[in-house]
Parts: sequence; C-alpha cells; structure tokens
Amino acid sequence: MANYSTSEFKSGLKVMLDGDPCAIIENEFVKPGKGQAFSRVRLRNLRSGKVWDRTFKSGDSLEGADVMDVSMQYIFNDGEFWHFMDQTSFEQKQADEAAVGDAKKWLKEEDICEVTLYNGEPLSVSPPNFVELQIVETDPGLKGDTAGTGGKPATLTTGAVVRVPLFVQEGEIVKVDTRTGDYVGRIKS
Amino acid sequence: MSDWQPTASLEAIKARAELLSTVRAFFAARNVLEVDTPQLARYGVSDPHIQCIPVPGYGYLQSSPEYHMKRLLAAGSGPIYQICKAYRHGEAGGRHNPEFTMLEWYRPGFELNDLIQECLTLFADLFTDVRSQTYRFRDLFHDVTGLEPLTAEDPALIAHAESCGAPKGLNKTAAVDYLMATQIEAALPAEQLSVVTDFPGWAAALAQTGEDRDGAIVARRFEIYYRGLELANGYQELTDVTEQQQRFEKDNALRREQDMNTMEEDAYLLAAMASSLPECSGVAIGVERLLMAGQRLNNIDQAIMFPFNRA
Repeated sequence: MANYSTSEFKSGLKVMLDGDPCAIIENEFVKPGKGQAFSRVRLRNLRSGKVWDRTFKSGDSLEGADVMDVSMQYIFNDGEFWHFMDQTSFEQKQADEAAVGDAKKWLKEEDICEVTLYNGEPLSVSPPNFVELQIVETDPGLKGDTAGTGGKPATLTTGAVVRVPLFVQEGEIVKVDTRTGDYVGRIKS
Repeated sequence: MSDWQPTASLEAIKARAELLSTVRAFFAARNVLEVDTPQLARYGVSDPHIQCIPVPGYGYLQSSPEYHMKRLLAAGSGPIYQICKAYRHGEAGGRHNPEFTMLEWYRPGFELNDLIQECLTLFADLFTDVRSQTYRFRDLFHDVTGLEPLTAEDPALIAHAESCGAPKGLNKTAAVDYLMATQIEAALPAEQLSVVTDFPGWAAALAQTGEDRDGAIVARRFEIYYRGLELANGYQELTDVTEQQQRFEKDNALRREQDMNTMEEDAYLLAAMASSLPECSGVAIGVERLLMAGQRLNNIDQAIMFPFNRA
C-alpha cells in the first residue's frame, strides 16, 4: 500500500497504526508562529472500534490500510460464522463473532449489510439503518392502558430486545432503527 | 455537486471587504505607503519550518512578501505595507489554507514596542472594546507548564510534551513548539489581546536577538493572540548582512539534517542588506484570522470564499 504523509490525511482515509487498520476521523493542523508544525489526528481503530487521538510531526507518514467497504447480503449463520455474499460477484465471505460484534442482533437473512473488508476479509459489519423483525415474545399490554409512556420490552427473532408501545403484540413485525435500537413503527402485513 | 459554492457566507465576504478598507484607511492616515511585490519569484524562504510551493521554471510562490519588502526599505521607501496572497505547502486545517492573505508592514525607526502599540491601535479599530495584556514567553510558559523553557533540561521538556500527547522523538525546540501550540495558546484568555514577547533565541527567524533582563538570549519578536487565534507575528528586523548570511546557512544545515531540500540564499536580499537596510520593525498578520476573530468564525473556510480543496 501507498504511504500517506500528514498533508494528505483527511477524514475517511484508512491507514495502519500500531498494526491495526484505522480510519481518520479528523486531522487538525497546528503550528506555533515560528516553529515545528504538527497534525493532531483522531482515528477510529477499525478492529476495536476505539477512538485514538495521536499527534504527528508534519511530514511524517503512515502506511495505507487495504480496507474497503462493500455492500453484501447476509445469508446465514452456521453456528460459528456469519456468511455474506457479494451481490455482483456472488463471492461469499465468512465473518467471525469479533467482526460481526453488536451487528449480530440485527442480522436478518437476505438483508443488505455494509461489510468492511481488511486484506479481503471481513473486519466489521454494519447492519442496515432500519430492519424489520418479528416479535417472538412480549407481555400482552393491558387493555385500555394508554397512560404508560415507557412501553414494554419485546424480544425479536434475532434475540434483540427493544422497547415497544403497549399496544404492539407478539407475532407482529416491527421496524427498528439499528443505530439507536429504537422502535420506529409497526409493519402492517 | 455543491462544491462550486463559496464556503464563506455573503455576510463574511462583506465583513472582509469592510475589514480591508478599515486597514487601508488606517495606513493612509499614517502615511504608510501601500506596495505590491511579486508573489512568484526566483528565491523562496529558507526557514526549515516553512515549505514553499515550487513553480517549475520560475522559482517559488512566496510564503511572505518579506524579502521583497526589505529590498524596498533598503531602497529608501520609508514605511510600507502590503496586503497580498501568501503560499505555504502542507499548511491546511481549521486555521490554515495553503493560500492565504497576509497583511504585512514595516516601520523604519520603530522599536518593537512602538510596533506592538501600533498593532493594538489597529486592532482597536477592528475589534470593539478589547483589553490587552503582555507576557514574556518564558513567564507564560512557566505559568502553564511549570517548566523554564530557556534553561530547563531537555529531557524534562521533552517528557512534559510527550505527557501532553506529543509524538516520540522530538528535540527540545520541537517540544517547546508543541507545548506552545497545544497548551499555552489554549491557556490564554480568549477575550483579551494577549501580546507575547521575548521568544527563545532559537526561534528568531529573521528577528534580532538580545539578552532579556535575566540575561537569557531571546529573540526580539512578539506575537498577538485573540480568541484562541494567533493573529500577528512581529520582529525587530535583523539588519546585519553577515548574520543574515549565517542564518541562511544554518537553515540549510537544519534542512539537510532533516532530509529536506535546501533553499538557495536570496542574493538580492543579501545585496540590499549589504547596501543599507534601515533599522526597522515589521509585522505580519493573517487577514483570514482577523476575520475569524472579528466574526467569531471557527473555521478558516468560513473566511475564505473558495478554500484550496474547492478552488
């Protein structure tokens, strides 16, 4: 991979730092009136998700990271790996638990996910912003109880638990924002 | 594609025009002559902390009008000012654009303090009701970091910079630069004009050096900060041609040490200084920074119509 010098650092650039692929979030150039210039860089470690703040001398460089975001369809989980398929090449990739992370509770077969590939292998998975999942378990709401504003917990087919309004019942399909875990609405079947 | 649009608001563009007319009126009232020197020239600055943008076949885009303005002073121009574009490779960020606007002026016969006062008078025309406070660099540095920048042991300064997030492997001067840019500037009260004087001798650039009241070698330089921004950088100008020649050589030695290209010394400047550069003080001010401070803009893009990434 190419090397990038601090003057080429910009938001979204993928670089290697301490052996891990990272994405640059922001790069602030600082320079005293007369003297050495620095780049204060905020990066997200794409493996751990942690945000790092590092400072580099102007002109220093980092190796680029072979990282690509691709849209892939989730096909199935074999108990150990989650399998995804490239929609155009039909090539399949398997992601382990570390790569899937929190996304696993939103993965529904056939949904299109954003998979981040590092050296060609899944590094992380982002579920669609909105998913539609069926409720497998929730308390029946008390009839006529409309005062409760907090709602009630409902367990979805994937195991995710979301708060839903009291009138929503078991077996119904609900739309959920995966970025916040919030209930958005009911899907009329 | 929306990148065709200017990044400065119409309000900021108007405020910029007003600011420039205030500046021109200020100098007209004081009989300081407006001049216009080349932006494209054979020689570039030797300072290892500034990278000029080369133009094949011609030389360099100028990082400051300093060399040419000194030639005018040596030719007997008297007090002069200029508002021009200046160019620095690799300087891009929230407060920097590789092409920016410089207001620079020179006052023959002015001591550094006279020039500080003139800057503050100009700022009083640009910013309403703002107080000023003057600090010696070493006192300010000590108050913020607990360390003496001119006499502390190098490892203590370097370790302190690293504890504040500096990259490993800095030398002492770079560690002091880091602390200045990240800790000390941030500690200055935003709502006052902070004048910082008596910089370390190693940071003289083209300023004279001398001893401060404690006998340490300091540069006859000042900087003025306001609302977290470095606005002005002033010098008691070096007039000794031998010393100038030595600084060119020292800059190039530093450049070689850091595997950078060396810069040919400006023979015109040396000849002008050998002829008769009068004792003078000069100051450079970033026009976009003035606009940012006055209009409370938090990114230089809001002070520039078309920053480099959409120009």
